[in-house]
Amino acid sequence: MKRYLIPLIVFVVLVGFLAVGLNLNPREVPSPLIDKPAPPFSLARLDAPQQKVALEDLKGKVWLLNVWASWCVACRQEHPLLVELAGQNLVPIYGLNYKDKRDDALAWLQRHGNPYLASLSDTEGLVGIDYGVYGVPETFVIDKQGTIRYKQIGPVTPEALRDTILPLVRKLNG
Amino acid sequence: MDRRAHPRSGFAAPAGHAGRASQQPPLRAGARRPIDLLYLLGLAILLFCAGLGAAVAQEAKTLAEDPVLEARVMAIAEELRCLVCQNETIAASHADLAMDLRQQIRQKLQQGQTQAQILDFMVQRYGDFVLYRPPVKSSTWLLWGGPFLLLAVAMAALVLNIRRRRTLASAPLKADEAERVRRLLAEEKSPT
Repeated sequence: MKRYLIPLIVFVVLVGFLAVGLNLNPREVPSPLIDKPAPPFSLARLDAPQQKVALEDLKGKVWLLNVWASWCVACRQEHPLLVELAGQNLVPIYGLNYKDKRDDALAWLQRHGNPYLASLSDTEGLVGIDYGVYGVPETFVIDKQGTIRYKQIGPVTPEALRDTILPLVRKLNG
Repeated sequence: MDRRAHPRSGFAAPAGHAGRASQQPPLRAGARRPIDLLYLLGLAILLFCAGLGAAVAQEAKTLAEDPVLEARVMAIAEELRCLVCQNETIAASHADLAMDLRQQIRQKLQQGQTQAQILDFMVQRYGDFVLYRPPVKSSTWLLWGGPFLLLAVAMAALVLNIRRRRTLASAPLKADEAERVRRLLAEEKSPT
């Protein structure tokens, strides 16, 4: 009996490691920017390109930065949720229009609704790189001091909104 | 003759009589033409591919004004994981993000930044995950040390096992064991 004990323990440990490994999502790379100051930017507004919005302009409030693009299919999935959220006035949403053409982006907002107080044109994707964006959509929660508190990789789901994002926003506002 | 050289493919077909091992079976004049056509076709395909290759090379060339710089860009890009297609390096990937990041590396090298600074820039944004060679730190010591740890455990087990067997072999037999051996041996000698 004893001679089987060690292989059994080794096996169980191995299964444990594999079980944990298989349940991780390799697509979700944890951002090193959490709890770090949001990288500064100054970008043109999508709807009014002569007007610029900088990070400093947004300090003093808790806000969401939603990275989107008209060419992004998954953005369409989360978009109704964002439109609904914008209607509830719980938290201001700003868009980062990532590597998009202005006309396409405007037409897309026209068609699907515009939940953003403003969308910022990141035509070259350079601000995206500063924020460690590696896929669209991504959503950041940024606090009053301009610190990144959370990053949603992929579409915002109703569960993520209800269980994570909104409670966090409430906590940061409170 | 006809059976030996297949007129369409030029392959030597097995034949029943002498000369079947000949490398170049004699051909009738009429059988030569299809082979020539095939040869021409092959040549055309070859030229087409070469042209295609040249066109592709042209497309990728855009960045190589300075081959030394480009080599350095690629050397650094080899160290970085593409986050979109995670099993590729940024050097190998065709993803948009990989191209953008290569452009970032290029610009930073032109600004005189070192490889360490550029890798640091990437890690700040994408985390250690972006490095193909993970750094040695508290969260990765198991990753780096694990194989050696396993090796040490296996070696220790092996040494212990060998020692145990040695002591087992050299230990003198006890009285009852010796008696049992004698009995078994006697049984074997007189099988009845």
